[in-house]
Amino acid sequence: MSQPSMSEALRGVVRRDLLLAMRHRSDVAMSVFFVVIVASLFPLGVGPEQAVLRMIASGVLWVTALLACLLSLGRLFTADYLDGVLEQTLLIPQPLAVLVVGKVFAHWVISGLPVVLLSPLLGLQFGLSGDSLWVLTLSLLLGTPTLSMLGAIGAALTLGLRGSGLLVALLVLPLFVPVLIFGAGAVTSSLAGIGSEANLSLLGACFLLSLAFAPWATAVALRIALE
Amino acid sequence: MSFMGINWFKYSSPQAFHPLAGKMIPWFSAAALALIGVGLYIGFFVAPTDFQQGDAYRIIFVHVPAAWMSMFLYVIMAAWAGIGLGLNARPSFMMAQAIAPTGALFTFLALLTGSMWGKPTWGAWWVWDARLTSELILLFQYIGIISLRASIDDLRRADRASAVFALVGVVNVPIIYFSVRWWNTLHQGASVSMTASPKMAATMVTAMLVMTLGFWMYSFAVTLARVRCVIAERERQLSWGKNASIQQVAEAR
Repeated sequence: MSQPSMSEALRGVVRRDLLLAMRHRSDVAMSVFFVVIVASLFPLGVGPEQAVLRMIASGVLWVTALLACLLSLGRLFTADYLDGVLEQTLLIPQPLAVLVVGKVFAHWVISGLPVVLLSPLLGLQFGLSGDSLWVLTLSLLLGTPTLSMLGAIGAALTLGLRGSGLLVALLVLPLFVPVLIFGAGAVTSSLAGIGSEANLSLLGACFLLSLAFAPWATAVALRIALE
Repeated sequence: MSFMGINWFKYSSPQAFHPLAGKMIPWFSAAALALIGVGLYIGFFVAPTDFQQGDAYRIIFVHVPAAWMSMFLYVIMAAWAGIGLGLNARPSFMMAQAIAPTGALFTFLALLTGSMWGKPTWGAWWVWDARLTSELILLFQYIGIISLRASIDDLRRADRASAVFALVGVVNVPIIYFSVRWWNTLHQGASVSMTASPKMAATMVTAMLVMTLGFWMYSFAVTLARVRCVIAERERQLSWGKNASIQQVAEAR
């Protein structure tokens, strides 16, 4: 029997997770609506002043993206853990870290990508325009995969624990801070007209670093959780 | 590994380490008391008054050593955690567990004294400066590690999971250390460094270093006391552990 190659295994994991998500479409829709509702609450609370809204737009939208990622982290491994699929996944001869990359990618497509696609619309709500709108979308496109990557570590560490929802927030939110600072900073600096390249480069660096280390740490954490 | 005629590996067994730790605690406690006493005396009575900040600056004799310790202890905790994961050694995990609360305490102390210094000097209790923010994140990480351990009932998993998280969080330590150089924000750069001569009066440096040594000794004493509790709690089912009785744990607490 020939073994599937690493890229075939990766594709298999992504395909399966996306297929499962498509079968539960309401789950995906929920995270989209969550983002829209939370982002719409701020103008109601802060008041409709255009200048104020434009100033807080990047921070609010980034924090919303953070929360959306955080809330969907429970879906990443829990279902597989409960029905035993995760245990079988650990037995697959391909490196676990590669399979984790597949799962995280699928998670990002389901929870991060909708936020990225929605962000120009939400930005308009907050009075952003032109360049800063593009920078917002680009920063989210670069940043949200990092969030999913770092979140996976927390999700794996807290797998099957009581109160894991709150615990994962406690663990993961501090790790999200650099991404939040650079992401929101990119939009703010583009609004101030000093160019957002530096912040976007740093976001890219965060992404590459997390791509290199996070799947590996997640794999270790999964093995610990299922020992 | 034997050195100076002592088989050091003997002490990697909790059973042998428990009495050794007990013997060391009084020495470290005495050293801590003496050094912190001397350090505070030099800091408050010998060191000259700063011509710009007046006497308010004297809080740095607690602030700077506490901030150093918060980072040192994190790295040491992560190192024990890494050794534990690599060599599968239970006592390393016990050390990591024992260091975490002391590290969190120093981080909190650094933030508290920093804000007490910030109010008269900067005019604000808190500013969102890079170093302050990254130190705050360090506190969150300590809290995360402690609560992750607390919410896992299986000891083996608790040890290993919190070790992984501790290692992931090491990224933050260089960020804190270099934050004043990377981001040019309100918090001043380092006045004391290994490579250049200090930019402050000699007595001030002395006080700061003596305080740091004192905090080290305090950390040793407290960590050892805590690791004794951990050992007594975990090994109570074993025959020798019954001698290290629960009563002793209660006393040590």
